[in-house]
Amino acid sequence: MSEVIVITSGKGGVGKTTTTANVGTGLAQLDKKVVLIDTDIGLRNLDVVMGLENRIVYNLVDVIEGSCRMKQALIKDKRYSNLFLLPSAQTRDKTAVTPEQMRKLTDELREEFDYIILDCPAGIEQGFKNAIAGADRALVVTTPEVSAIRDADRIIGLLEANEIKQIQLFVNRLRMDMVNRGDMMSIDDVKEILAIDLIGAVPDDEQIVISTNQGEPLVGRTDTMAGMAYANICRRLTGEEVPLMNLNVKSGVFAKLASLFKKN
Amino acid sequence: MGLMDFFRKKNSGDIAKDRLKLLLISDRANCSPDMMEQIKNDIIQVISKYMEIDAEGLDIQITQTESDGNNGSVPALYANIPIKDMHHSAKNLKA
Repeated sequence: MSEVIVITSGKGGVGKTTTTANVGTGLAQLDKKVVLIDTDIGLRNLDVVMGLENRIVYNLVDVIEGSCRMKQALIKDKRYSNLFLLPSAQTRDKTAVTPEQMRKLTDELREEFDYIILDCPAGIEQGFKNAIAGADRALVVTTPEVSAIRDADRIIGLLEANEIKQIQLFVNRLRMDMVNRGDMMSIDDVKEILAIDLIGAVPDDEQIVISTNQGEPLVGRTDTMAGMAYANICRRLTGEEVPLMNLNVKSGVFAKLASLFKKN
Repeated sequence: MGLMDFFRKKNSGDIAKDRLKLLLISDRANCSPDMMEQIKNDIIQVISKYMEIDAEGLDIQITQTESDGNNGSVPALYANIPIKDMHHSAKNLKA
């Protein structure tokens, strides 16, 4: 059975696109057939984060308007043959697509893919409505900051009003050093305030910046905390029970240990 | 500020959490200060029919409370209404 998952946040810049890229790639690593859809029409970015920006010919709006067939617009990933990207249009705006058209599009993709992951634009307007139209499940990305959590709360209210069955929390950019000295809200604090299930948390990791620079999602890389945290989240998405990892371990020491074991 | 207050100084994570909790209560209730004022005036009017109350000392706010059901904490309208005179009521009702 296939599942349509929307990655959303309300506030911009909290890591929706990075999360979409890593979750999609991680699910592909688990041998699932996955398609990523960038629904941010006019401000496309998922192609760059995936490192596929040079392969775009057709886009989401072309498919919806019938200018091309679905197969022509889907771009195969560089590393995984079971992972595809449907890029957004750069020269159009959000009104080019309606929620009904998006629902039809995701339903068509259900026949071919195990997971359809939608990267939602920031905000609560048309782009958001388009992105959530066909979704069964939502991951709400937030950072442990007042502004991001406030927006996440608003988004959760809207998702509930639109009868999205499963809404889960994703806490991004945690800095355990700050949490430990009381200068950042903890995972439990955020969970308590937003009162929804947690799918996972990812620490603030400079490797994320490096991997985005290179256009290669770092999910599954055991030498980075973020890579392992993303891999755990993907396994939880498939229904596996995976305990929360201890984010307190210093990544330096940890990375050395992990790479040591890997070589043996 | 006493010495103990100094040691009990809140760290910024707790400040953020407290601010958020208050912020979300008003966000979720979609309740403007204007509307709160109207509710307050209406409550004064209604209660005044039955007893004499201290309108100045009346305090209403939206907070959170544990619900009896299993859906955790829910918003609650909290009102603290100081009564000046209970016997005032009978006289007013006859009129």
